[in-house]
Amino acid sequence: MASSAVSSPFTVLWLQAASCGGCTMSTLAADDVGLVKALERLGIQLLWHPSLSEESGTDAIAILDDVATGRVALDCLCIEGAVLDGPDGSGRFQILSGTGRAMKDWIAALAPRARFVAAIGSCAAYGGIPSAGLNPTDARGLQYSGWDPGGALGKGFHSAEGLPVINISGCAPHPGWVVETLAALALDDFGPDCLDALGRPRAIADHLAHHGCSRNEFYEFKASAARPSDRGCLMENLGCRATQAPGDCNVRRWNGYGSCTDGGYTCIACTNPGFESPGGPFQETAKVAGIPVGLPVDMPKAWFVALAALSKSATPQRVRSNAHSDHVLVPPARRAPKLP
Amino acid sequence: MTGPTRLIVGPFNRVEGDLEVTIDVADGAVTAARVNAPLYRGFEQILLGRAAHDAMVIAPRICGICSVSQSVAAARALARISGVEAPPNGRLAADLVLATENAADHLTHFILFFTPDLARACYAGRPWHAAARRRFAAQEGECARSLLPARARFLHLMGLLAGKWPHSLALQPGGVTKAIDGGEKMRLLAILAEFREALEAHLFADRLERIAALSSPEELFAWADAAAFDAGDFRLFLHIARDLDFGGLGIGPPALASSGSFGLFGPGLWRGGGEVLPFDLAQVTEDVASAWMAGDTSHPFAGLTRPQPDKDGAYSWCKAPRLGGTVIEVGALARQVVDGHPLARTLVRNSGGGSVLARVVARLVELARLIPAMEDWSRTLRPREPFCTGPGPMETAAAAGLVEAARGTLGHWLTVTDGYISGYQIIAPTTWNFSPRDGSGQPGALESALVGTPVQPGEATPVAVQHVVRSFDPCMVCTVH
Repeated sequence: MASSAVSSPFTVLWLQAASCGGCTMSTLAADDVGLVKALERLGIQLLWHPSLSEESGTDAIAILDDVATGRVALDCLCIEGAVLDGPDGSGRFQILSGTGRAMKDWIAALAPRARFVAAIGSCAAYGGIPSAGLNPTDARGLQYSGWDPGGALGKGFHSAEGLPVINISGCAPHPGWVVETLAALALDDFGPDCLDALGRPRAIADHLAHHGCSRNEFYEFKASAARPSDRGCLMENLGCRATQAPGDCNVRRWNGYGSCTDGGYTCIACTNPGFESPGGPFQETAKVAGIPVGLPVDMPKAWFVALAALSKSATPQRVRSNAHSDHVLVPPARRAPKLP
Repeated sequence: MTGPTRLIVGPFNRVEGDLEVTIDVADGAVTAARVNAPLYRGFEQILLGRAAHDAMVIAPRICGICSVSQSVAAARALARISGVEAPPNGRLAADLVLATENAADHLTHFILFFTPDLARACYAGRPWHAAARRRFAAQEGECARSLLPARARFLHLMGLLAGKWPHSLALQPGGVTKAIDGGEKMRLLAILAEFREALEAHLFADRLERIAALSSPEELFAWADAAAFDAGDFRLFLHIARDLDFGGLGIGPPALASSGSFGLFGPGLWRGGGEVLPFDLAQVTEDVASAWMAGDTSHPFAGLTRPQPDKDGAYSWCKAPRLGGTVIEVGALARQVVDGHPLARTLVRNSGGGSVLARVVARLVELARLIPAMEDWSRTLRPREPFCTGPGPMETAAAAGLVEAARGTLGHWLTVTDGYISGYQIIAPTTWNFSPRDGSGQPGALESALVGTPVQPGEATPVAVQHVVRSFDPCMVCTVH
């Protein structure tokens, strides 16, 4: 690691396609020091970044031209935001300013030059929010449109190192996901076996957002929140998809202290393709005959129903009461431990 | 210099989102400017037909830097539609979350977006350049290196109060989903204390209260001159601003407006006199003459968003909002001027409108006013009392939700039919500030502020144009959405 930092840094070019800028904003808090320093510590240098670099206008275009023509070698191209194909395949919904050229064409020219291509956030990975509803701009991800392989670069795209697009999904992704994935690439410590079936780094996607959720006791007893700010489990009524959503969201902390479920609100499975169109309201659980349609991943329905019924009947009064309050009404019983 | 030449300036980095500015230059100065927002994503179309509360998920994702402001605007509109009111804790916590975003954005603008231009090689001959390079250089300057960590740790408030930033669902029409307990309340105060220390050590080299109390340009510069020119980044900025005459650069329109914020900054419209007029939302229209949009000028409750990419005479995806037909400037400067802050008012009076100097100063004065207020609100939170009331009925109604984002007034005009969104129009701060020409040929606030900006021979991306553009702290992703 130290030697790579000294010899030649691993270079990153970061562009914003149809993004909200939120992935960049998230990474500005990386490791409590900011993206530049967090990357620099691991031997990574930003060749250009829209929020962080001095170069503007013609100076910035010169950098992009140098990479597109191969004059300057690039280790990783990071794209934040969906790729807009519309209107009518022209890409005119996003012209890279000062160039008269559609962003989708810039991406097509730059991607083959990079050793690795990373999609930063769910928009670049799968299309994300801009592709919701009727998808008015024909938004898509770099290598997926929702669940369908393809996307802007095509199903068969592999970057110079032979990897498909690395999908650091999330809306927005945790800054650690971005920094740690780029670091693994820079350290040559990342191969095809490090990706899940949807191109996501397994270091993140092998977890579920549910792992480590601080509402675990309420989940175990199916003591469910009924309205926003209740302390109970958010799965039964308020639409929480943490038991189905890939991500180590509750194993690490967001902005020092938080996570979605710790913040009192539902997981919307923002690391998954198609999260933007859940088929019903985000904050309501779709049910058939009183049973949630989306069950914990890998859980047989019959067992879920049986265990839920059993655990509901076993719910302590303390847990039941606290589930419907925004603060603890009944503390755990205070008893001296039984000694053998 | 001979006849006018045209420059197309872009990509315009260190602004949020996509921006292209076309300028005509003659005799070493800008004679006309056209501002283009070259990205269209279609949020107002995407929101149609969704369940009303889905706005709480989708609207914040318009913008990663004004995410909370978008949430608050949507929540306020939905609260009015469903007739719910947040309990006092819910209001305080939501104010804390919004103030955290406003304050973080003001700091981000100063350390990452605006000041790196002062370290450019074109200023190598100025006596302050070595200090500017050391403090402000992009990626390497000590200012960002010391204050970015402070900003990241300040955003721990978001972790505590909102789960994460950006894109939280903690803000709801009835309050917030996260109740703060007694220990968390103390942590809020500890985080604020740490941020205050960082601002007072590096940015201001003085107490926040001293900065907030600066009451005239004379007092401002006397304060700056009372210590070494680089004692604190604000002083260094003032020293450079005086040398480069930022007080005479980028003069905006004479009318400034704010919808008021936190009960701390009063609302209104200011036209240069002593009195503050009401900010009358009934007078708001959006004109599409220069936008790649079909339709006519209309009030946002009647407005539609229908792209027309090949429309003659259009040059931006941005519509042109007007207040009673006139152009207004919004932002921290407008908030402070409307609120009656004497320094902000005098700076604007002296130049007949906002200037690069006034905009940057107002942002930092506002930052210095916000942190002590946040300390008060945190102390006022009452753990074990409610933070949220339940959702109300969503039937058929229309309402506007207004909020002061860091960059100025943000409005959501929302219509709900049988619980589903049937109309959604958004006017963001930079839609006001960076609008294109309207049907009567009246340029937007930035377009007129750029006229007269000096351009040096051979400059392809004129540095003074960059100062003017960035002084507004534009957020282009909000602008068109």
